[in-house]
Amino acid sequence: MGHKTEEQLLQIDYAPPKRDWTDPSVDFEARKGTWSYPGKAKNLQYMGFPNPRDWSPTDADWQLPEGWEKIIHDGFKERLEKYRSLKVFMDICVRCGACADKCHFYIGSGDPKNMPVLRAELLRSIYRQDFTTTGKLLGALGGSRKLTPEVLKEWFYYFFQCTECRRCSVFCPYGIDTAEITMLARELLNLVGLNINWVMEPVANCHRTGNHLGIEPHTFKDNIDFLMDELADITGVRCEPSINRKGAEILFVIPSADYFADPGIYTFMGYMLLFKYLDLDITLSAYASEGGNFGLFTSHDTIKKLNYKVYHEAKRLGVKWLIGGECGHMWRVLHQYMNTMNGPVDFLEVPKSPITGTVFDNARSAKIIHICEFTADLIKNGKLKLDPSRNDHRRVTFHDSCNPARAMGLFEEPRYVLKAACNHFFEMPENTIREQTFCCAGGAGLGNDENMEMRLRGGLPRGSAVRYVRDKHGVNTLSCVCAIDRATLSGLCEYWAPEVGVSGVHELLGNALVMPGENERPTDLRGTPIAAREGADHA
Amino acid sequence: MRIVLALVAVGVLAGIAWAGGQSPAMQAFLAIVAPYVAIAVFVVGIGARVIGWARSAVPFRIPTTCGQERSLSFIRFSPLDNPSSSLGAVGRMALEVLTFRSLFRNTRAELKPGGRLVYSSDKWLWAGALLFHYSFLAVFLRHYRFFVEPVPKVIAVLQGLDGFFQVGVPVFFLTSFGLIAGLGYLLARRLVDARMRYLSLPADYFPLFLLLGIALTGIGMRHLWKVDIVRVKELAIGLVNFHPAVPQGVGPLFYVHLFLVSALLAYFPFSKLVHMAGVFLSPTRNLANNNRAVRHLNPWNPPIVGHTYAEWEEEFHDKMKAAGLPLDRE
Ligand code: HEM
Ligand code: SF4
Ligand code: SF4
Repeated sequence: MGHKTEEQLLQIDYAPPKRDWTDPSVDFEARKGTWSYPGKAKNLQYMGFPNPRDWSPTDADWQLPEGWEKIIHDGFKERLEKYRSLKVFMDICVRCGACADKCHFYIGSGDPKNMPVLRAELLRSIYRQDFTTTGKLLGALGGSRKLTPEVLKEWFYYFFQCTECRRCSVFCPYGIDTAEITMLARELLNLVGLNINWVMEPVANCHRTGNHLGIEPHTFKDNIDFLMDELADITGVRCEPSINRKGAEILFVIPSADYFADPGIYTFMGYMLLFKYLDLDITLSAYASEGGNFGLFTSHDTIKKLNYKVYHEAKRLGVKWLIGGECGHMWRVLHQYMNTMNGPVDFLEVPKSPITGTVFDNARSAKIIHICEFTADLIKNGKLKLDPSRNDHRRVTFHDSCNPARAMGLFEEPRYVLKAACNHFFEMPENTIREQTFCCAGGAGLGNDENMEMRLRGGLPRGSAVRYVRDKHGVNTLSCVCAIDRATLSGLCEYWAPEVGVSGVHELLGNALVMPGENERPTDLRGTPIAAREGADHA
Repeated sequence: MRIVLALVAVGVLAGIAWAGGQSPAMQAFLAIVAPYVAIAVFVVGIGARVIGWARSAVPFRIPTTCGQERSLSFIRFSPLDNPSSSLGAVGRMALEVLTFRSLFRNTRAELKPGGRLVYSSDKWLWAGALLFHYSFLAVFLRHYRFFVEPVPKVIAVLQGLDGFFQVGVPVFFLTSFGLIAGLGYLLARRLVDARMRYLSLPADYFPLFLLLGIALTGIGMRHLWKVDIVRVKELAIGLVNFHPAVPQGVGPLFYVHLFLVSALLAYFPFSKLVHMAGVFLSPTRNLANNNRAVRHLNPWNPPIVGHTYAEWEEEFHDKMKAAGLPLDRE
């Protein structure tokens, strides 16, 4: 797909089109670059999902299963009973439009159906027709639509054009969460075999190998050995993390990108230095080798299925409690779903830092804490020797990832760590951080190459804020606590805010952490010379 | 088109009442039957809606967190924007309902040349909505004076405050003005803003026109074409005590006012106006953000088991052995 130039992308027309929104037709051919490839048959088959077949959104016939209308209708009915959120959200929206310009996809595309309110109306119009008396009686006058294959195609397009970031929900007077609506709409689409491969492949991999990337246990070990060799070269310190070690005190769960791809691997090195420094009794698992959970972008049942391994492994290894690494949507699952879905975990103990003695009362039932909670507590108690000047070549800002921000409220812990580890920290503008943070536009399975135009468009608000601090404060490092961010924001910055790199929080901590027995460390964990970069900055 | 439709619908309702208000047979319907039916529909309808929502499960604890979580003792958390207890959630809901907290956050995004986005605070919707709702509440409470004799002290005080400026004879109530201004603003933004016009349905204009109709006829009766309040009060008290009589000589405007109110009540449960009750059941606002501290129960939790460790080890056994990884089954 030919990339559009920046000027082309910025020609955003916010004037609504002539065509009424109730017209569902989408021209997939003309809109290449703004949708994702469908799930491959083999992945659906592996997961036992309905209607596996190979197809393309540009096909006229999407090969829907026999009786698809009934399948959708019944599925909708079932979910209205199972989820009060869905039922209430279908009923109470007043179409006040407060959410309209809060969505990064609307801001970046001007497509009115990317306004959260209309995204929800795509589903709501069918709800009115199928489940309300007035909707049935008034028909189109009451804002109802009939379910047709065209409507399903429209759903596919727009519900896979929402990153489930929840920004709209912050501003809605009733808290209507279009992310929740999207999640349930995707469940309905899955019932008739409509989903995308960038979600289905990780789901299938994760089910089989334990992680999205399909890394098998021996490769898991090889990767980590390799990273530890690199780390030893850079720091002179050899870390030897244990894998699947029974009887460890803590199980550490992370997103697989952290031990697989640049720049996540530097965050992984940061974790390992920290654990070595503390001599923490902690183990990784090659089975629970993924905290991320693309079930979140598929169906609630799939979340539960994929997340099963976390507590199952904790029990098998006989650990006492868990720490979760830096990953956004993983923390949505760990914080808001895991305890309900996969608990109770009476066989674990309330997390208690063996270093400071702090009891993590906020995790007393789920028995898992965020690595930033753990590290902030260490710093507060003066347990870490840090030399923040080793990050002086980094002028750092922090991107709040959607899920830790709006489904958890993890704002200060990472900032506390960053401010201790770096001398130059700058916030992006107020309306783009914390609960108002803007999405990387590549979450919820949309971070694939074929969807690049939409990613860049949706990434404009974040990109624009990064560029602002780059120009104002010379920021060159965008830090975050999310593996998807680390992957997607790198490309986004390259486009909207060149010369800004992306780092995990624990990568920067790892740079600053003064390890006993370390060598001189003239470079940071990436091998970038500290002094040289500093010189370049002053020039 | 959608606007005209809504306007016509309200016009037809008003027309029926205007014509009917002049025929004795219809007067009984408009003054007695319609209000009773409307109230019954309202009460039963809202009740049914609330029960309907309540019967759906809340499987997960999914608050939208709008502030710092409660975690470490040295980090200040936001008890109202990110409550860690049920009490906090009650406080959060109170803020939503009484002050429209979330609407207060509203911003407007603007794309400047060169791809720079700026966000300015935009409190107009918040102010307009607040003005409308509180005026509506005050007007509603003031009407209480028609239904009881003697008029309770609180209502009298409220009326006194409301007519504070002593403008006009009889005194013009501030909230009457507020109601019109609020509704006018809500309507205007739907008409003027192209985006709002695009997403609005007839069901968005209809209640606004209906309420405007109610408010304007009400003000009309008070200040322009005065009605006989004594007769109105007789009807009101009669309705409350279940022996209503058709009032004599109140004029058609009163019938229009009363019929539009009846229409509003009957329409309420079937419309977006149920947000009044629904907001309290919104799971992103009424739950505490503490699922790691207190386990939330899903009443239909399905018995799903994932890929077990044993199955996993089975598949990778030999490779693990070669790599020297620990095994459960040698
Ligand atoms: C409890 C919290 C409430 C909140 C947060 C809330 C919020 C809102 C908002 C934001 C609108 C704007 C509609 C627009 O843009 O046109 C609205 C409209 C409206 N609300 Fe409420 N409301 C609440 C309670 C109530 C109650 C108790 C009533 C009872 C009568 C009510 C009656 C209405 C009516 C009649 C409208 C109509 C105007 C329209 O349809 O636009 N609301 N509400
Ligand atoms: S802010 Fe909420 S009520 Fe208003 S249009 Fe959006 S979803 Fe509907
Ligand atoms: S959840 Fe995020 S991506 Fe989805 S509609 Fe809301 S703001 Fe847009």
